[in-house]
Amino acid sequence: MIKIQKLVKKMGNKMILRNLDLEVKNGETIAVLGPNGAGKSTLLKVIATLYKPTSGKVMIHGIDLNENLNKIREKTGYLPHASLLYEHFSPLENLEFFGKLYGVKDLEKRSKELIKQVGLAFFMNEPVKGFSRGMIQRVAIARAIIHNPLLLLLDEPHTGLDQKAVGILNDVVETNKQKGMTTLMVTHDFKQAATLCDRAIIIQRGIVSDDFPIEVRTEEWLLNKYNEKVGGEN
Amino acid sequence: MSILRNALTIAGKDLRAERKSKQVLPTMLVFAVLVIVVFSFAFDPDKESTKALIPGLIWIVSIFSAILGLNRSFISELKNDNIQGMIIAPVNSISIFLGKFFANFVMILIVQAIAIPMLFLLFDYQFNGSLPWLLLTIFTGTFGFVGIGSFLSAIASNSGISEMLLPLLLFPIATPALIGIVSATKIILRHPDQIEKAYGWLQLVGGYDIIFFGICIVLFDYILEV
Repeated sequence: MIKIQKLVKKMGNKMILRNLDLEVKNGETIAVLGPNGAGKSTLLKVIATLYKPTSGKVMIHGIDLNENLNKIREKTGYLPHASLLYEHFSPLENLEFFGKLYGVKDLEKRSKELIKQVGLAFFMNEPVKGFSRGMIQRVAIARAIIHNPLLLLLDEPHTGLDQKAVGILNDVVETNKQKGMTTLMVTHDFKQAATLCDRAIIIQRGIVSDDFPIEVRTEEWLLNKYNEKVGGEN
Repeated sequence: MSILRNALTIAGKDLRAERKSKQVLPTMLVFAVLVIVVFSFAFDPDKESTKALIPGLIWIVSIFSAILGLNRSFISELKNDNIQGMIIAPVNSISIFLGKFFANFVMILIVQAIAIPMLFLLFDYQFNGSLPWLLLTIFTGTFGFVGIGSFLSAIASNSGISEMLLPLLLFPIATPALIGIVSATKIILRHPDQIEKAYGWLQLVGGYDIIFFGICIVLFDYILEV
């Protein structure tokens, strides 16, 4: 699914990713952990095709990132910090706009289904600008999966969500995981990472410093593993 | 075909957003009307010399109204990083540029459709020239100006001073087209018997439109690149 070799990403003079190597198999759900500024979000942006690598080889869905961006984009969903939603539009209008760009068939039906799935059927035609953070995030995840991607990239998806919204988000990830979707989730929420993910990678100073399966699905276990590696670094 | 289809989707989204938010078009219209009213009081419409101002006024109103809209064109995409949503979609960058161009073009045409008849009315100007030629001139001039303006607004939107930066970038580049289009408009409105001279100016502006529009399409991908 994803094969990254010696990935380097420089922003100005600053080297964010330093010869990073990573391999992800189909259907895996991976937590991307690490201190602030380690390069986690940058890695996701490279995989999402927002950033071009400075050097290195990135293969996604068997396609080289430098060869056919649109083929990769067709199969990839990305949920960054920002919602990417148009606030004067309703959830339905937002999903229909993005769905058209992805060439989604039966778009109205698919959009309505997703809005119901994220629990916003009652607000389907209300402008997003009046929504709470949790509601916006739910529409944002519906946007990210409108085209049934094979790869889902989530950047701190649980931040600022209430318990109900967390539950809905996790349900969406679980449902799509069962359908075979591969998920990479940058997070600082160890509880959610332990609940949702099969594997964790720790990124420090632009490289993958640890990569292990989540054997015990508890926050404490994952936090201990993280602290062993990262220690007091922030 | 998918490039054009996606461009129309993006343009439709922009026009729909404008219909809902009513932020840009009313501002452009108010500005255009205000300029025309002020000029109609400043100059005596009965004097023949005042009529000579009309070709220039048409383009002053069009250009400065367009700047208001162009400024918002890409800034409006920054609020929730909306532009990223289009970049990560399987959409050619040309579609994004064309979509923005179409939406800006339609909005300025709406302003012109209201402002130019109003200008003629308040300046008591009896139009005796060729209407198709006038429409062709307005279309050609607006096309070039909005094309390069849409491109530069994408560049300026990444700056914190985009409102100031856009005119600074746009006016020097658009000057050849503006000179040509004002000259063509002057001939069509004031000397309709010398229409062949207007054709020469229109060829110049048409050439400018094709060259700069092509450059914008080729280079737009680099603006989106990080």
